[in-house]
Amino acid sequence: MPEVLTTVTMTVNGQSVTRSIEPRVLLVHFLREELGLTGTHVGCDTSQCGACTVLLDGEAVKSCTVLAVQAQGSAVTTIEGLEGTRLHPVQEGFWAKHGLQCGFCTPGAMMTAAYLLSQNPHPTEEEIREGLDGVVCRCTGYETIVRSVQQAAALMSEASETSGAEEVG
Amino acid sequence: MLTAPFEFRRASTVNEASDLLQQGTEVKLLAGGHSLLPLMKLRLAAPEMVVDISGIPELHGVSVHDGVVTVGAMTRHVEVAQNPVIQAEAPLLSKTAAVIGDVQVRNRGTIGGSLCHADSAADLPAAVLALDAQMVVSGPDGIRKIPASEFFVAPFVTALGAREVLMAVEVPAMPSDAASTYLKRPHPASGYPVIGVACWVGNGGTSVKMAITGIGSTAFRAVEAEAYLTEQGVNASSIGEAARLAAVHAPVEDDVTGYKRQLVNVYVSRALHQTMAGKD
Amino acid sequence: MPQVMGQALKRHEDIRLIRGRGQYTDDMTLPGMVYAKMVRSPYAHAKILSVDTQAAQAMPGVLAVFTGQDTKDELGLIPTAWIPPNSDLKMTPHPALAFDTVRYVGDAVAVVIAETPYQAQDAADQVQVQYQPLEAVVHPREAVEDGRPQVHEEIDHNIAFHWTVGPDLDAVFQQAEVVVRHEFRQQRLIPNAMEPRAALAQYNNATDELTVWVTTQNPHIHRFLLSGILGIPEHKLRVVAIDVGGGFGSKIACYPDEVVASWAARKLHRPVKWTETRQENFLITSHGRDHVQEVELAGTRDGQIQAIRVKAYSNLGAYLSTAGPGVPTILFGLIINGAYNIPHASADVYGVVTNTTPVDAYRGAGRPEATYLIERMVDLYAREIQMDPVAVREKNLVQAEAFPYTNPFGLQYDSGNYQGTLKIALDMLDYPKLREEQAALRKDGKYIGIGWSTYVEMCGLGPSEVAGAVGFQGGLWESATVRVHPTGKVTVFTGASPHGQGEETTFAQIVGQELGIPVDDIEIVHGDTARISMGWGTYGSRTTAVGGGAIHLATQKVIEKAKKIAAHKLEVSESDVVFEDGMFSVSGVPDRQVSFQAVTLDAYLAWSLPEGVEPALEGTAFYDPKNFTYPFGAHVAVVSVDPDTGDIHLMRYIAVDDIGNIINPMIVEGQIHGGLVQGIGQALYEGAEYDAEGQLLTGSLLDYAMPKARFFPRFETAHTVTPSPHNPLGVKGVGETGAIASTPAIVNAVMDALHPFGIRDLPMPLTPEKVWQAIQQNQGGR
Repeated sequence: MPEVLTTVTMTVNGQSVTRSIEPRVLLVHFLREELGLTGTHVGCDTSQCGACTVLLDGEAVKSCTVLAVQAQGSAVTTIEGLEGTRLHPVQEGFWAKHGLQCGFCTPGAMMTAAYLLSQNPHPTEEEIREGLDGVVCRCTGYETIVRSVQQAAALMSEASETSGAEEVG
Repeated sequence: MLTAPFEFRRASTVNEASDLLQQGTEVKLLAGGHSLLPLMKLRLAAPEMVVDISGIPELHGVSVHDGVVTVGAMTRHVEVAQNPVIQAEAPLLSKTAAVIGDVQVRNRGTIGGSLCHADSAADLPAAVLALDAQMVVSGPDGIRKIPASEFFVAPFVTALGAREVLMAVEVPAMPSDAASTYLKRPHPASGYPVIGVACWVGNGGTSVKMAITGIGSTAFRAVEAEAYLTEQGVNASSIGEAARLAAVHAPVEDDVTGYKRQLVNVYVSRALHQTMAGKD
Repeated sequence: MPQVMGQALKRHEDIRLIRGRGQYTDDMTLPGMVYAKMVRSPYAHAKILSVDTQAAQAMPGVLAVFTGQDTKDELGLIPTAWIPPNSDLKMTPHPALAFDTVRYVGDAVAVVIAETPYQAQDAADQVQVQYQPLEAVVHPREAVEDGRPQVHEEIDHNIAFHWTVGPDLDAVFQQAEVVVRHEFRQQRLIPNAMEPRAALAQYNNATDELTVWVTTQNPHIHRFLLSGILGIPEHKLRVVAIDVGGGFGSKIACYPDEVVASWAARKLHRPVKWTETRQENFLITSHGRDHVQEVELAGTRDGQIQAIRVKAYSNLGAYLSTAGPGVPTILFGLIINGAYNIPHASADVYGVVTNTTPVDAYRGAGRPEATYLIERMVDLYAREIQMDPVAVREKNLVQAEAFPYTNPFGLQYDSGNYQGTLKIALDMLDYPKLREEQAALRKDGKYIGIGWSTYVEMCGLGPSEVAGAVGFQGGLWESATVRVHPTGKVTVFTGASPHGQGEETTFAQIVGQELGIPVDDIEIVHGDTARISMGWGTYGSRTTAVGGGAIHLATQKVIEKAKKIAAHKLEVSESDVVFEDGMFSVSGVPDRQVSFQAVTLDAYLAWSLPEGVEPALEGTAFYDPKNFTYPFGAHVAVVSVDPDTGDIHLMRYIAVDDIGNIINPMIVEGQIHGGLVQGIGQALYEGAEYDAEGQLLTGSLLDYAMPKARFFPRFETAHTVTPSPHNPLGVKGVGETGAIASTPAIVNAVMDALHPFGIRDLPMPLTPEKVWQAIQQNQGGR
């Protein structure tokens, strides 16, 4: 069948972008190929691994299972947009607590973690492990990821204590 | 994994979606995409047209009227899990939605999409069966309601007509004294339930409803166990027999080792114990 | 200057990785780049009757479609690089694109090159291949039986090699008081590095050079092999691996995909990118393990093990992969006595080809298969003679004063205190108390189990002389260049190729410590054959032991030369110069000193250098270790088993490891954790399954259970430190210990829990259904 291009407009990491694409282009490919945001990775085909996790209107989603056209009008945050003027507490946490080895699942793991903490700033270890169910990591054995999320939670609550209610995630 | 090409349309009304469904043999409705897109990526499905219905206002929203909770088909799992109305009036549905897939999947998948996909290993069918929910369906001949008990015909097959669109799920509010449980045994790889037992007990123990998913070709009601418990009352001694009845009568196939029936027995028992423990 | 060796420094590589700035192969884009998509066989074994590419050629965006007929005369066959001696190994000619027979599901028969990945996939779907299906064979022991289909015509009974080691032990076994026999199935595992494999090839027709970015653990080995297969001389071929998203052995091999992408790039004069899907990864990227082991142990009634022997059928898949034949032989057979002083041992290994995905190294590679065998046999033996499994271990472990210990096959275990790690683990567990609790719980119908694994493994691969003697078609030394820049900043070039293990940090710690300069002043460069003269890569827990050894030696050369310059500058003789914390000073006159940076600048300015000293400052070393290293330890798992469901709950896991000196404890802990989870994954969750037709039934993450965060408790880790005398840093290697030790600890624990049901053994993975069923079948014997 002939390729019919469709126009899609969304905000990615705070910048409005408009592209003409085939409707079948997945959001993850849109980010990687059209926008060159290669921090978001493709680790599987079946929505299991979570390496492609981004925030779509503030919510963690697997961008391999979203058509770019479905993100029409939405705001997308990728790993490249997680930090502001300084590293996000989740990035600090993963760095300090060795939450990554090969780094491939890491952007998705961090976006998931950022979302979890935005929903639940003081998660228990069990809640963190459950929350990571959509993240497959082959390197770390997960415990250091759990510690990283705990570290991030601690950093975030420190930050909110010192500067009032700061919006993160 | 990349899907085959397709024409993409957005429907802004249910009627429009219904009309588009008629335009070709291979038209698929797209809600959150978490059932359809994986199939399309594997090229197990290659529709000519994909109609995005997520923007149809009629398909959104949660409300309660006259003891019936109406959940719009486009309500995402995370919303079903966290919606205060559903949590108050039909907590079993919230509890079930809260353990579907993983966080990312729940943020995207919808109740309507999941129910229409009718995967025999999905969580929600157990809840809607146990709750005697009705599927509100719009088609060329207007709106009709399909009871959950008639909706799931076979794996990946529903009673939905070719041009029909699921608009909402109507769930009778649970009695105020009801206690409920959705107990799931997730598959270690897929996260789908190997077995999921949805049950609730209310009206002073005179209403006992239970449905089981994952283990049969479609989800089913454990009618024998329900009848027994209604008659005997739910207590420590009746639960064991009810679990045994559920296991004996479960329509499981390929159960060479007997493990599936064992899981029915164990999970029905545990779900009932958990339910009773949840009561004051 | 603070101590940096031994410190838990945050990782240098993380600065890019946590910000989404890593550069994995699939992240690369080149002008004019096109995309390759393979057409793969859906059959495990079939004759190719015809390949019709016409429809595909006509699809939008398609540049070319090539078949095996197009490539067979232009490309060499993909070889194995490990030929165990005296094993009568037969080669399995592996064309990059099959042209006559396909031998496993996923074997490539054609490639489509198109402008976009979507177009390539669309066109690949249009390539029409006619097959004549043939009967397939998948099980390694069945494959050698008479009358089975032959995977390769020239390989009789599918036996690609038969390798034996050790003497005939019949007499020992005949005279033994106790003989325990058991058959183990080391199930097939799928490595599943999270980054799928990818290759991007670019041909420069001005220089006639080909550059290949590829997901590899060993770029120089890739260059060496690709050179032969493509017919491109090594000096016109560059292989680059910047960030690689995990390997676990599966990115050692040279695969058809990078061969085809490279060939097509040269043919079409366009950069060609190929990236596998996860589905393809399951089908075509090498698998691990897959043995049937018939094992016998001989011992006395009072717990002295006298002999161990194994007859193993090792499934190598359809073709011998790059390191495939070495894994079930050298890396397995030579260490089946484990950490025990067993006087007699022998191994008899059939390397078998089947219609399955090729098998190669997977984390531990051979040593997990050996460790599982011996650690399970020790437990079965302990049961047989009704001794506590710890008591049997204590009685048979190599004694601390026996090092260096020569095992029955002549391996020289470097150093150790095996009882030391066991003692710590016993204390951490409070073993006697737990045994009491276990007995009490059993009376209540609750079943917990305690499982031990006192392992040793052989790593730090390895001495090149030994590599040659055991048939590895390469060296196993490592190179390093420490280049000091005029300002005193340092670039280190290493032939090792880390892909997640953190050596950009660890290596900087070595150099920073030795030169007395900040680690932030040091950049580690790896994974590029154009920048690094030679290297053998990262696998076999060799990177720090061998690569780090080379870096140490290169750094010492730098210091040696700098010292000469410093002496000249300080106007004293070289023997009077002391180098400490980055300062050269005159012995006994500490305030007469000059900094390393000042000396460096002098070396580059070269205005006044001592007689015979050349300008500039860099050191290069090629380090070939004298021997392997032998990390060891004691692991113990505590599990509970739910007899109603067969569910296994991991309650505690204690790992006491001795990996020699530790450079970065944070990284070490991460390596141990990762290994544990992979090893526990083998015990409880993971297992590839084929049907009789050779279709992979566990072909996606929906079916193949990768361990997830919620499956695990916190791990309890501890260390002893027994430096290895075999390398200058005294390190032993840690990448594989967790995966090697944990699998038998878990299974021993589950079998301990199931003992009241009369269950001796179950095949891995110990799925709940399997456990429940065994309990049902054994209820009568309770």
